[in-house]
Amino acid sequence: MTKETLSDFPLELEGADVPMVRFSKVTKRYGDLTVLDSLDLDVAEGEMVTIIGPSGSGKTTVLRMLMTLETINEGVIYVDGKPLTHMPGNGGLVPADNRYLRKMRANIGMCFQHFNLFPHMTAIENCMEGPVHVLGLPKREARERSEELLEMVGMADKRDQHPSRLSGGQQQRVAIARALAMRPKVMLFDEVTSALDPEVIGEVTNVIRRLVAEHNLTMLMVTHQMGFAKDISDRVCFFFGGRIEEQGKPEDLFGNPQRERTQQFLSAVKEAS
Amino acid sequence: MSYLEFLAEFGPRFVDGSVVTAMQTVLAAALAIAIAVAMGLMRLSRSVPVRWFATVYIEIFRGTSLLVQLYWIFFVLPLFGISLEKFTAGFVAVGMNLGAYGAELVRGAILSVPKGQWEAALALNMSPAKRMIRVIFPQAFLNMLPPWGNLLIELLKGTALVSLISVADLMFESKQINSTTFLSAQAFGTALVIYYVMSRFVITPFMRWLERVMARKMGRA
Repeated sequence: MTKETLSDFPLELEGADVPMVRFSKVTKRYGDLTVLDSLDLDVAEGEMVTIIGPSGSGKTTVLRMLMTLETINEGVIYVDGKPLTHMPGNGGLVPADNRYLRKMRANIGMCFQHFNLFPHMTAIENCMEGPVHVLGLPKREARERSEELLEMVGMADKRDQHPSRLSGGQQQRVAIARALAMRPKVMLFDEVTSALDPEVIGEVTNVIRRLVAEHNLTMLMVTHQMGFAKDISDRVCFFFGGRIEEQGKPEDLFGNPQRERTQQFLSAVKEAS
Repeated sequence: MSYLEFLAEFGPRFVDGSVVTAMQTVLAAALAIAIAVAMGLMRLSRSVPVRWFATVYIEIFRGTSLLVQLYWIFFVLPLFGISLEKFTAGFVAVGMNLGAYGAELVRGAILSVPKGQWEAALALNMSPAKRMIRVIFPQAFLNMLPPWGNLLIELLKGTALVSLISVADLMFESKQINSTTFLSAQAFGTALVIYYVMSRFVITPFMRWLERVMARKMGRA
């Protein structure tokens, strides 16, 4: 992480069309390996952006950095106009401290490939945990909110089951409800169907379809389900080598890819399925 | 003297000794658990001095003899102005020693909780303390119960050493009976059986029961 003060980045994004998420020249390295290479990416409020690409292209890293699960090497990430990885100080931007990160993190929710539900809590307790113990809501209110969300993801009848009693698809739906219970502005879906049996993928993608159709959430999704990505995305980004190789509306990117690497990737995926 | 006559005469003293052993065990276990949790967490701290302190503690109390530690606490600390009553010195020594072993169990169990659990708790924006208390520790607790069962049996047997500073526990009473009657087989045989019963029929079933209860709470049963 850069320790010095950054002076060539704005302290805050201003203007009429401030993006909900902005990656500004973001670089992430693990040792000698550059995972993200000076990445620029804007996501508008209410936009659904899908990231596709070969493994190792940095697509999951984009989400993990937004969730602050990874530190940043260079550049700045902004959320809702304010810096996320940095905070104003010393006449410029300095690396965010834990207190600042906790404030900014409240804007973001994430669902994981392996669900990561808390095994010692029932479905509804998983959903209530954040609202009660982080947001400080009264239990009754948190329960109402959680019940509503479990209803929405079709898991109301399993609210008192522990995760060990639920199928993968059911666990993932509870995990989506748990993230939404925090009322984030940005939702991140990290390969949420990759660990699921084929026959239950639909129940999870249907929940995400409903979210896209009925709510104005900003969403970033990493997926290998090309058909699903084509259906619901406002924009698709093809990642290669830590950069965006090509991006565009799904019908353009899937229907008429311009770059050779995109064409190769898409035909390889098509052959595999 | 038949064994029944022996028991009739000395039974009450074995009972008294067993009560003291049980009390030493319970108090030492409470202290050991408190120390184990504190030191186990400190070993995982981000602060170097805190980690270092816990490491030194664990090294000293694991790397030297419990009997020497007991003598230190009872005979040497008074020279520095800290005098403990023998009963207190007994369970403090045993608790501090076994706590050092327990610290490694706590640390290992916390590290065994999958990384995804930490990440999910962070994604819910939980504070580090809430993450540990609400998410990580409850899962670590279930994982560490079986090795704790072993450690508590070790601890029970370790309390026999407090007889050497004249705490009137089961071992102390047995030695007294032996030296007045010279019925060594009866005296130490009875002690042997009582220790076995305490570990095999009290501690082990209690830990099994606790594992079952916790597993049910965690939805694993």
